[in-house]
Amino acid sequence: MYDIKSIYEAKSVDDAIKALSGDPKAVVICGGSDVLIKIREGKLSGASLVSINGLEELKGVSLDEDGTIVILPATTFSKVTGSKIIEKYIPALGFAADQAGGPQLRHVGTIGGNVCNGVTSADTASTLLTLNAELEITGPNGKRSVKLEDFYEGPGKVKLSHGELLTAIKIKKPDYEGFDGCYIKYAMRNAMDIATLGCAVHVKFDGSKTKIDELRLAFGVAAPTPIRCYKAEAVLKGRTVSEALGEIGSLALLEVNPRTSWRASKEFREQLVRELSGRALKEAAAKAGGVSS
Amino acid sequence: MGIGVSMKRVDAYEKVTGRAKYTDDLAPKDALVAVVVRSTIANGLIKSFDMSEAEKVPGVVKIFTCFDVPQIKFPTPGHPWSTDISHQDVSDRMLLNRRVRIYGDDIAAVVAQDRIAADKAARLVKVEYEEYPVYTRMEDSMADGAVLNFEEYKENILKKTCFKNEGASFDDAAKEDGIVVVEGLYDTQTVQHCHIEPPVSFAYMANGKIVVVSSTQIPHIVRRVCGQALGIPWGKVRVIKPYIGGGFGNKQEVLYEPLNAWLTSQLGGRAVKLELTREETFAFTRVRHAMQISLKTAVRKDGQLVARKCTLYSNQGGYASHGHAIVMNATSIQRMLYHDEKAIEQEACTVFTNISTGGAMRGYGIPQGIFALESHMDDVALKIGMDPIEFRKKNHMQNGFKDPGTGIPCHSIGLAECIEKGKKYIKWDEKRKAYANRTGDIRYGVGMAIFCYKSCVAPIALETASCRIVLNQDGSVQVQMGATEIGQGIDTAYTQMAAETLGISADNVYVISTQDTDVTPFDPAAYASRQAYISGTALKQTAEIFVEKVLAFASKMLDKPCDTLLIKNNSIVDKNSGDILLSMENLAMEAFYSLTDSVHITAESTYHSTDNTYSFGACFVEIEIDIPVGKIKVLDIINVHDSGVLINPALAEAQVHGGMSMSLGFGLSEQLLFDGKARPLNNNLLDYKLPTSVDTPELAVDFVETVDPTGPYGNKALGETPALPSAPAIRNALLYATGVAVNSLPMNPQKLVEHFKAAGIICKDGGK
Amino acid sequence: MKIINMIVNEKPVEVAIDERESLADTLRDRLYLTSVKKGCEVGECGACTVLIDGEAIDSCIYLAVWAAGKRILTVEGITKPNGELDPIQQAFVDECAVQCGFCTPGLIMTAVEIVGSGRKYTRDEIRRLISGHLCRCTGYQNIINAIERVVEETHKVVSK
Repeated sequence: MYDIKSIYEAKSVDDAIKALSGDPKAVVICGGSDVLIKIREGKLSGASLVSINGLEELKGVSLDEDGTIVILPATTFSKVTGSKIIEKYIPALGFAADQAGGPQLRHVGTIGGNVCNGVTSADTASTLLTLNAELEITGPNGKRSVKLEDFYEGPGKVKLSHGELLTAIKIKKPDYEGFDGCYIKYAMRNAMDIATLGCAVHVKFDGSKTKIDELRLAFGVAAPTPIRCYKAEAVLKGRTVSEALGEIGSLALLEVNPRTSWRASKEFREQLVRELSGRALKEAAAKAGGVSS
Repeated sequence: MGIGVSMKRVDAYEKVTGRAKYTDDLAPKDALVAVVVRSTIANGLIKSFDMSEAEKVPGVVKIFTCFDVPQIKFPTPGHPWSTDISHQDVSDRMLLNRRVRIYGDDIAAVVAQDRIAADKAARLVKVEYEEYPVYTRMEDSMADGAVLNFEEYKENILKKTCFKNEGASFDDAAKEDGIVVVEGLYDTQTVQHCHIEPPVSFAYMANGKIVVVSSTQIPHIVRRVCGQALGIPWGKVRVIKPYIGGGFGNKQEVLYEPLNAWLTSQLGGRAVKLELTREETFAFTRVRHAMQISLKTAVRKDGQLVARKCTLYSNQGGYASHGHAIVMNATSIQRMLYHDEKAIEQEACTVFTNISTGGAMRGYGIPQGIFALESHMDDVALKIGMDPIEFRKKNHMQNGFKDPGTGIPCHSIGLAECIEKGKKYIKWDEKRKAYANRTGDIRYGVGMAIFCYKSCVAPIALETASCRIVLNQDGSVQVQMGATEIGQGIDTAYTQMAAETLGISADNVYVISTQDTDVTPFDPAAYASRQAYISGTALKQTAEIFVEKVLAFASKMLDKPCDTLLIKNNSIVDKNSGDILLSMENLAMEAFYSLTDSVHITAESTYHSTDNTYSFGACFVEIEIDIPVGKIKVLDIINVHDSGVLINPALAEAQVHGGMSMSLGFGLSEQLLFDGKARPLNNNLLDYKLPTSVDTPELAVDFVETVDPTGPYGNKALGETPALPSAPAIRNALLYATGVAVNSLPMNPQKLVEHFKAAGIICKDGGK
Repeated sequence: MKIINMIVNEKPVEVAIDERESLADTLRDRLYLTSVKKGCEVGECGACTVLIDGEAIDSCIYLAVWAAGKRILTVEGITKPNGELDPIQQAFVDECAVQCGFCTPGLIMTAVEIVGSGRKYTRDEIRRLISGHLCRCTGYQNIINAIERVVEETHKVVSK
């Protein structure tokens, strides 16, 4: 039994936005795996909920005519992983989604929830960053678009006004075509855990497969929000894999800002940044058929 | 089906169909709900409460505080009790405490119509405290001027004991020419049982008694403690124990049943349910004691142990609980497992702090003691350049040993065979050679550890157990045990034991799984790996009485002398010819309904023991270590046990799997953390790293079956022993793989990376 | 109170619920399906696992109102009406995969999902598929043995 004041089951996105707009304290609930736990902890006890759990219009993965991959936010982790489109074009994201929690949680937890809860450890976030994901936000005044990295405001905080809903996650063709990726979740356990550090790489090679044409590197839990390492990426453009492997760890360290908590020390997380960035690059490069000379 | 057969569990059908009823499944739907109000400081005194807001919450029935409860102190541990005052457990708490000694101490209780109302009200209780300094570390709580948890325990020391054998002192022995002295400091962390069913009870009044239905390992002790805590005659309390979802020692303590019993008594006997959350279970029930153990060993270069010195400090947390008994166990194992030619000196100390209270947990101090001892033995072997197995074989316990401290003798020992089997399985010689002097990021190691363990609590404490066997009209029997099924499979073992001794087939033996203190014979129940050994003897003895009575009746019916008859395959047979003379069913019908001679054949007896015996075993493990990220992967692991004769080999193996996994968690990942104010940081199943299926390797098990002359069927302890050796075996494998001795648990990645940096295997700047 | 309709263990059920209830609450307290155990109430232990439209979920973090119109399966629903065990239940019995039994019904339901896929899985895949269940008694060894056995038997039948 949850200490809930009321629950309104929205009939549509518009209906949900209307319900939210009508109650300044209402909280959106989708899969429930974050919100219900916060209610039980007392952080959201007595909340009025607007549920978008049943909204079919927010579920699914599709491919637009221009090649843009559209992931609707109420798609569960397991449906993201199981999507043929994801499997074919951005398998690293499917893999990342498959690292969240455990199997049962992945049947209810959604990719939209993973993005909107704003936590730095979100398993899909760093991979989505390396794919330059864009978010479609729908509110009382219509739709707006925001880049994922601009969406993060601070730990657990995103730029979503009351009454707004995330209605799509979009990945454009140039952001995935020719890229291969890898996500490494480093945690204390191999399941049912939150990342001590998450590292995502997407990489594309030049025609000869020897030089890095474009590299994208992102981390979770290496800063208050998931972050991209643009400077490292710029430096490594044009390098061979073996050159890049020698540098990526120390370059990444210049851009991250992990903190010490009882879960792990800053020093330990830095060690992981150094080590895992290379491992992720190596694996992504291997998938991309990059030749390491 | 009798001894040595892998029969299916008698409770498996109930459990796989969901029909097995656990405490909460039986609670009346209209039961009131009690929630404990917990202190938000870890050390202090309650000055006052303000209930004005809490009482306004709709649905609240009544709120009770530490000022309302009977001013009676009572003990909580699940010990059998002692009529000798000097041996009694420490009575250190009331139903609710005014003097707060841990964060989250029980200071008030809200009873409400439902959980939401109770939780809401509990959050609104305002408390004014007198605050004292908080101690999480033993050195701080023992320091001069530290506030005492209990005035009667100076320096916050619950107890300090010393043991020294007769003859030479350590210092004298260490003076010998050419002797090598090795020292080590080993520390273990706070861990928790993590039974999947949280502690839960419900209580109501019926027929002038308070009835408590509880998820407990020890129903008869719960009755005693409820009587003591409420100050009422013990017979006024009736305790019922249904199926329980694991205990591992945490439910060998009487924590919330007395409060639950009192609450119903204050509410006209209405049913009140008291279930802890997972978060409460972690921090406010019991934990495994964190210990600091320093060992010093004088050894000859040929591997002969000459003298040892052991100092053990155990962090007790806020309350006395099982008290000093646990560190005593960690201490005695040092001298039981290995013999020193000249001297052993030991000091053990139990220290109060303000972290979660330490209590019984599977292994009862031995996991800590064995981690230190077996890590140290590898350190010693390394120092003198000896193979760790050869070194152990030279010094470990031998048949005929008698512990000078407790008097416990070794009646049977298969330790050497256990070591041989494990060594062969892991391919010790081959792999030690292959993995020697490796370099690089990924390295490999094999390691091992051995152990011994007592089979009951005698002669240190009372060993008593009772059994009742009752005949049915169809020739089948009920077996009533005071000993409890807590998941380990003891009801199945008892079924097999009864079948073996009665001559009645297992399908005609009904072991009653639910204990009800109004009808169940007395037995202090599930702890100390004692139930197959001690209560099993009670069963055997009772079965023999039963057989005698049956044969006496048969003798009359058949007009044949008793001593020519026996029961076999549910029939009375002629001992010599083997001819079937009478079925048990026909005998039973005649016994029940004879117009001249009716009798309900039953037998009941108590077994009292002052003897004990040791179980043994060894763990061998092969690991891979990913140095830059500090991750140990267990590639292969085997436990080989000498637990005497196996009653049910398949269930024995299953029992070992669970213990191995518990020891792996202890070794690698589990740790309950506290902040400086003794507040728990990770008291939930996400942040506390209990191994999942993907963190657990394939588990190999083997046995060496000695026949113990003191066990009812040659059997000895098995319940706890599987949880003992994995942690030090892994630590020793890591030592072999890297040359780095990690003397502190858990060996989690951050700690390993820190050790590797200190050892220079990872450069300070992270490079290699 | 709100009335919802769902199919529970293949029978249509109409039940009045409190909107604050989790599905675990409804199944336990209103439909008396006490195989659904609560070990943490935050989706970490897996003891409350049931199938919703064939997918294993933690019913403690699933609101009962969401179950309207859905098919729910608990371990009570896989036992045959005559009391005979489903092959998965039987494998748990035979392989000694049961100890205290508290995690058992939930694990069996995840096994039902696994076996129901008709796919063949490696041992490692099975390990991963049950990683949302915590068990303190068994070290998972015999549970994996039981599921592996049924997966293999089922696969043999399916692939014939």
